[in-house]
Amino acid sequence: MKPVLFAAACVGGVMMNLPAALAAETDTAALEAELEALKADHEARLGVLEARDTLPAMGAASRSPGSNVFNPAISAIVMGSYLSYDDAPERELAGFQLGGETDYAPEGLSLGESEIIFSANVDQRFYGQLTVGLHDGEEGTEVGIEEAFFDTLGLPGGTGLRFGRFYSGIGYLNQHHPHAWNFHDAPLPYIAFLGGQFGDDGIRATWVAPTDLFLELGTEVYQGGSFPGGADPDFGDVTTAFVRIGGDVGMSHAWRAGLSALWATPAGREGGGHHHGEAVGPDVEFTGDSDLLIADFVWKWAPNGDYRRRSFTVQGEYFYRDEQGEVAFAEDGESAELAYDGTQRGWYVEGVYGFNPRWRAGLRYERLSTSNTLAVDSITAGLTPDEVLDESGLLDGNDPSRWGAMVDYSPSEFSRIRLQYNRDESGHEPNNVWLVQYIMSLGAHGAHAF
Amino acid sequence: MKYLMPWALVCALAILTPAAWAGVRVFACEPEWAALATELGGERLTVTSATHAGQDVHYIQARPSLISQLRRADLMVCSGAGLEEGWLPVLLRRANNPAVQPGSPGHLLAATVVPMRGVPGDVDRAQGHLHADGNPHLQVDPHNIGRVARALTARLAELDPAHAAHYRERLAAFEARWAAAIDDWERRAERLQGLRVVTHHEDWLYLASWLGLEVVGKLEPLPGVPPTSAHLARLEAEVAERPVAAILRTGYQDGRAADWLSGRTGAPVLVLPHTVGGEVVDLFALFDTILARLEAVAP
Repeated sequence: MKPVLFAAACVGGVMMNLPAALAAETDTAALEAELEALKADHEARLGVLEARDTLPAMGAASRSPGSNVFNPAISAIVMGSYLSYDDAPERELAGFQLGGETDYAPEGLSLGESEIIFSANVDQRFYGQLTVGLHDGEEGTEVGIEEAFFDTLGLPGGTGLRFGRFYSGIGYLNQHHPHAWNFHDAPLPYIAFLGGQFGDDGIRATWVAPTDLFLELGTEVYQGGSFPGGADPDFGDVTTAFVRIGGDVGMSHAWRAGLSALWATPAGREGGGHHHGEAVGPDVEFTGDSDLLIADFVWKWAPNGDYRRRSFTVQGEYFYRDEQGEVAFAEDGESAELAYDGTQRGWYVEGVYGFNPRWRAGLRYERLSTSNTLAVDSITAGLTPDEVLDESGLLDGNDPSRWGAMVDYSPSEFSRIRLQYNRDESGHEPNNVWLVQYIMSLGAHGAHAF
Repeated sequence: MKYLMPWALVCALAILTPAAWAGVRVFACEPEWAALATELGGERLTVTSATHAGQDVHYIQARPSLISQLRRADLMVCSGAGLEEGWLPVLLRRANNPAVQPGSPGHLLAATVVPMRGVPGDVDRAQGHLHADGNPHLQVDPHNIGRVARALTARLAELDPAHAAHYRERLAAFEARWAAAIDDWERRAERLQGLRVVTHHEDWLYLASWLGLEVVGKLEPLPGVPPTSAHLARLEAEVAERPVAAILRTGYQDGRAADWLSGRTGAPVLVLPHTVGGEVVDLFALFDTILARLEAVAP
């Protein structure tokens, strides 16, 4: 069935469900008169009450009607950091084809990514948000549209659609912007499986159940142009589905758990091979199926539900991926074809304790493992199978792991300064990383997303 | 086309979800509006409150349970003026519920139907957690409760037209009792005129205006910024010069700064209820309790 036909069928079905709601609306005309009477009845009494008040302002109602009042909420988020490494490392995770944004943050003082966010209800039907990212690139400042999406506000039956470019709803951390993370950097599984964070041009549908227990189902279809999709995508190369449940336990505990899947069928997905210290490594391209499952869980505790004074949050995610397909290897005019069947796992868990309104401390542990099978199908004369296997970067190696600790200080909801230490055993050599980070938000108030 | 499967599921659920009608479901952001809705709707309403008296409403998280509650609501009633700006917008977007979106009859903000106090002339974040639309702690003036009661009744009648007469009768009964109670409180408050107090946060502005209290200073150096020792020392000097009758705070606020100032100046700490909950069983008890505690420290 063509997607367009399917959409038409769905919209038709939902519309059939509407008459009840519409009928309720038509009755209201008959009641206008009664309401007017109700209002008039109180005008007199209201007049007496108002007379007692001598007030300087009528607040929101008395704002001068200018075009500015319809401006979207604007906020700018600036994040910078100072990092120190034992050895400036290059990202390498044995057994994983890397893609997306996986580079280590530069050593020393640097302004990372800055974001400018515009958001507003477009009208009574749509909410819109635009996030522009600014960062230093090879040729000066690069500007990118990180997110530009619209949410429907008026669909019945607990459904909602989002369309545009946005971060996927899979997992827990994926939808959170880096400034809302508890640590400076993404956990290793996010770097290995999603290139830091997965976002793309797509469409999402969600449904929230009319139950006491929070239950949400969602599904997304993407163009598939960003990792773990390939370079030359066809619509639908990456699709996802997720289910989330959550609730409260007493007044002091709240939780959420989710299960997500991401199916990608990349064609010619390029990834960094094994460089061996050379500036240019081999071209390694994967074509095949990549199926990822994520289980996520977050538990928050705050005495009496008062998150400001004291709180504890523990969150964890488990990733499982099955990849199958062909790997094309090319270096200096020589090439090889490999059959590849891989299973990779990764997980992290972190806990953050807020011990007063301004201070928090946290610990995190992350680990990855792989079980890949590679076989050389064909090879040109200038290469040896061992060389190709080694330089593909897909052979199992050490199980990359890392742990970190952080303390952060937030004078208000708009600023945060963080000290973090990472013991990084994900590459060849263990690395001790110290960093100081600042996160400043200018403008509109951010959200306390769960 | 395997990706059509989950879409078909979401679509089927949207069509099959019954539009169950079990009276009107009211989602109140704060307990005072939940209590008011119960006064006005009685058994016709299913009322939930997103927060309780022990929480600072500025700092609520958009928890999954709140998304579920808002998903099923027919009417949402909140203080507004930015009090819930950190979490209500998230809930509204995540709940997929058109009935409570801004502009719908199911979206009522108290700040839009009462005269706002403390509207800042200019706004700068260096001044602390300011609300550009005015001070949102508007529920501690009983006249504002009356104003919201009328607006709430109009919305209930609009959303549940078959029972409009029921809501009107209940409003009339409530207003009669409320007017009598206000007369009583205002008579008792005559001897509180000019009573000098220190407050923890800017949350007693409406009460002070209503009763004619004089707020000498606040424990917070800036709205939303926890008390600092330098600020408290200045405040102590001020209070030494112009003694106060009491230091007011709510139950959820940290008591250390109030206790410290009390120890240094001898002024008693009054923990006043700011909403319904616990021993404060309804809105009448809320103002009865506040009045009784203030009377106890009046000369």
